[in-house]
Amino acid sequence: MARNIIEKIWERHVIAEQEGHPAVLGIDLLLLHEVTSAQAFQMLEERNLTPFAPDMCVATLDHSIPTRPDRFNIIDPEARIQVETLRSNCSRYNIRLYDFESGYQGIVHVIGPELGLTRPGMTIVCGDSHTATHGAFGALAFGIGSTEVGHVLASGALLQRMPRTIKVNFKGELKEGVFSKDVVLELIRQIGTAGANGHVIEYCGEAVRRMSMEERMTICNMSIECGARAGLISPDEITIEYLRTRRYSPRGKEFESAVENWLAYASDPDACYDREITIDLTSLEPLVTWGTNPAQAAPVSKKVPDFSEYVGGGSSADFQAALNYTGLKPGDALEGVPVERAFVGSCTNGRIEDLRIVANILRGRRVKEGVKFYIVPGSERVRSQAIEEGLDKIFKEAGADFRMPGCSMCLAMNDDVVPAGQRCISSSNRNFVGRQGPGSITHLASPATVAASAVKGCITDCREYL
Amino acid sequence: MIKKFIEHTGLAAGLARDNVDTDMIIPARYLTSTSREGYGKNLFKELREKDPDFFLNQERLGEASILISGRNFGCGSSREHAVWALMQAGFRVIIAESFADIFKSNSERNGLILVSLQREIIRELLERAAASELVLTVNLEKLSVSDRQGNLISTFEYDPFRRYCLLNELDDLDYLLSFKAELMKFRTERAEKLFLGGEDGES
Repeated sequence: MARNIIEKIWERHVIAEQEGHPAVLGIDLLLLHEVTSAQAFQMLEERNLTPFAPDMCVATLDHSIPTRPDRFNIIDPEARIQVETLRSNCSRYNIRLYDFESGYQGIVHVIGPELGLTRPGMTIVCGDSHTATHGAFGALAFGIGSTEVGHVLASGALLQRMPRTIKVNFKGELKEGVFSKDVVLELIRQIGTAGANGHVIEYCGEAVRRMSMEERMTICNMSIECGARAGLISPDEITIEYLRTRRYSPRGKEFESAVENWLAYASDPDACYDREITIDLTSLEPLVTWGTNPAQAAPVSKKVPDFSEYVGGGSSADFQAALNYTGLKPGDALEGVPVERAFVGSCTNGRIEDLRIVANILRGRRVKEGVKFYIVPGSERVRSQAIEEGLDKIFKEAGADFRMPGCSMCLAMNDDVVPAGQRCISSSNRNFVGRQGPGSITHLASPATVAASAVKGCITDCREYL
Repeated sequence: MIKKFIEHTGLAAGLARDNVDTDMIIPARYLTSTSREGYGKNLFKELREKDPDFFLNQERLGEASILISGRNFGCGSSREHAVWALMQAGFRVIIAESFADIFKSNSERNGLILVSLQREIIRELLERAAASELVLTVNLEKLSVSDRQGNLISTFEYDPFRRYCLLNELDDLDYLLSFKAELMKFRTERAEKLFLGGEDGES
């Protein structure tokens, strides 16, 4: 019988399943960072347990660290303790930690793929809701809470029920200036913030097949923003080529035999899903959010919609509250809304291809006076690659601030905060109230739209700058 | 740590909006602690500071332990701190139209009871909670919500396995570890296939 990739991975990982109980699902890789792991280690200690398989764990620092050049000096005493706690837990239990200057430190969802730890057919979990990023490789990857991090640490498994499935079919070709970020924002805009609750999404269609791994990661990354705990893409030649040279990838004959296993996870052509959604990308334009959740997005060339045109879900009172917060009203043009901040980075759009797009726009141009533009690489690898390609010079000449790797201004739990009342055009994943700092206003967009808007000083159609 | 739940009676407060997200429940800047404790004081911090009429600022709702809200409650991040903050501020039950997936599994593993009810019933409860003191009883054995007079407001559905765990204060870990041999076997097989750790000798 034809099976989809989710069913194939599921079947391969169910260790036990008793009547009336959820399945015991074996986990291949547990990714750890400083914010959601300490309590899990603490739980193990309280129960006199030790990690079941330290070699299935990989840790790094990303959320609460500074992105200043002197980032070793963490000023917030609590954040410093958090980082120290991860270091001591990792050294105590012999868990690999990619610390500052290891050459690989970075956002946990950027380093997994670039190290080749993320592979087709794996189950991957992390105490972070954007873990679905790894789904781009055909892995079943999802975010869990700290208690469940503890369960995986102690047992290498989780109690899970088989998720329902959605096939999202992206039809048509993308126009110039339209990026995978716009594609995923369009999906969220159409189905709403809860549109995929209780489901895992498989992204399909010719548009996805043409995308690079980094573009695919951006789409899978934001699955949670429409409620899907995981989103994935069947592996193909592009996946294999990306994996061929990675640090942890097998080599030679071992690689070739792995490829066979990996490609076998791809969905069978006539596989079934609980739901199917088709989205035509032919006329898609660059999008930008105007409200306080990622479904509240519109083409940058258009106006803030009326409630009657809004399809993202929620009541009219919530719709109005969102606009009150962002200081906009129905009928306002999105182009021309002035911004004080611009941010390119995060697990959504902090990879080398994102930085190249930004550099192409900034080359020979200047960031508008009064706009502070943070460009934050997703990892030390991304940063050194950017320097090797001379992108850092372009950023500097344009007046942007090219910083050290981390989650940075995506979530305001480190020094990088958008001040109250200021408006930020951002390549990150959430425009929730206060997400980038108390009283800050966020407009989500692709890195190209962010860079173009930083140059013009207001929300701008990036296609004028390509 | 899972907290046993059979029945709870308490004052209900309303938060009449959809998409209450985890950044709203507890902003990321309060997550730098390494403890499971101490989050209650920062529950809904920004809303509380900005809006003097916010329910947590109303004296009459100071003892509220049941929260009523709209659709997709708990959307956003996987931070279990959101569940800890709600429980440490005294909440035992959230009644809403629907819940986000990760928030739901975090709640189940701590003993914060999530009750999904239809939108019309939610609307009625929100009106009643706004108008006067609304005391509700939520019973996980009977899967029922009733008011102080004992009138049944609604029954609700709950995953039977999770319900059993909460009624008996059982967490996942003992169950998982009872499969020790199977877990070891899976690990050995997968480790061979995955080559994890095979290449790295430097860092």
